[in-house]
Amino acid sequence: MSVVVVDYGAGNTRSVRAALRRLGRESVVASDPEVIAEAPIVILPGVGSARSAMGHLQATGADEALRARHASGHFTLGICLGLQLAMESSEEDGGVQGLGLLGGRVERLREGRVPRLGWSVVDPWGSAFYFAHSYVAVSEDVVATAEGITAAVESGSFLGVQFHPEKSGPDGAAFLERCLARA
Amino acid sequence: MPRPRLIPCLDVAHGRVVKGVSFVGLRDVGDPVELATFYSAGGADELVFLDIAATPNETSTMISVVAQVADVLSIPFTVGGGVRSVDDASRIIEAGADRVSLNSAALASPELITAIARRYGSQAVVVAIDAGEGVVHTHGGRIATEVATVPWAREAAERGAGEILLTSIRQDGRRTGFDLDLTREVRDAIDIPVIASGGAGSAAHVAAALEVADAALVASIVHENPAGLAGLRREIMNLGVALRPIGAIHG
Repeated sequence: MSVVVVDYGAGNTRSVRAALRRLGRESVVASDPEVIAEAPIVILPGVGSARSAMGHLQATGADEALRARHASGHFTLGICLGLQLAMESSEEDGGVQGLGLLGGRVERLREGRVPRLGWSVVDPWGSAFYFAHSYVAVSEDVVATAEGITAAVESGSFLGVQFHPEKSGPDGAAFLERCLARA
Repeated sequence: MPRPRLIPCLDVAHGRVVKGVSFVGLRDVGDPVELATFYSAGGADELVFLDIAATPNETSTMISVVAQVADVLSIPFTVGGGVRSVDDASRIIEAGADRVSLNSAALASPELITAIARRYGSQAVVVAIDAGEGVVHTHGGRIATEVATVPWAREAAERGAGEILLTSIRQDGRRTGFDLDLTREVRDAIDIPVIASGGAGSAAHVAAALEVADAALVASIVHENPAGLAGLRREIMNLGVALRPIGAIHG
């Protein structure tokens, strides 16, 4: 059963696919809405800017496919920008409308050094994961934090993580494996 | 703040890892993919690869190294050397690197920083500064420019750099400790994180650097004894620096 990794132009799909391969899982990169809507597991990866990523999802119809699979309870993992795109809106790039799968919005980080780069222990999971971000999700659906900053947001069948499990060593791999077991 | 990071730096020439002492006298210390895997297992928080022999016609060698590293490595890595355009950065990032490091190309065309940051985000752009006597140096530290270090760091941050990799050319390769004053001066002037580089000779040196910087770059201290990385980490932690915990704390 292949994992579908959503392509939206600037996403670094290669690292996510390499991490899946190390777990013995095949993956395909897709922007085709039919493939995205029907897949048992979809990963929305994250590198790039919110506006261009959202524009790409809209242009291919992947946005509607992601909403459809969420409505029918198929599991989607959003990583970093992939989490942020799933929120209602983002203040990045002067304001961008998101997919609205998760309640809340995305704000620029206002404390500490930005971008926030490095490993941080995620509460309540207890492992350190790698973060690299300048924006953060503010939501009532936050299920994990790191230093008080949103680390994961979950609603229904969408789980979004601000950290990069594909870049978080053995603990990141174990996290991905648990996600794959959900579908 | 995230945990302080310990970052081994692998200088690469023609697809092989080499390390210069004070930027001259290269010495082959191994295969980049093998060393990368080894350092990751030893607890490196991140890796930096610098292509020190980059020429316009030889980028494919480095891209192939990047792709091989990305397939096996599950920690972030930065690639520098020979990044002169958005296309160069794209090739490296699409081959699987998390970040690119710009050095003389950013000095020559500062707008390159902004262009790459717009496309991939600031977190993907590191600006490397080789600093000495208050000014930025180029050509591996051999040529002094008239650009003052601190204003250049500030400009790089304003233009969209996500981190400064600050090398003291006085300390580089000497293993007598980092230039803490330089590191502090630059970090105090900007709001983005700073990697201190040049001079790591002991756990105490690294611990001292991590008191004033967000990350420390290490080279010969680990390349001489790659198996000693985990021990070096423990020593640094015993000196009171909270590097990331490795392995689940509970559950």
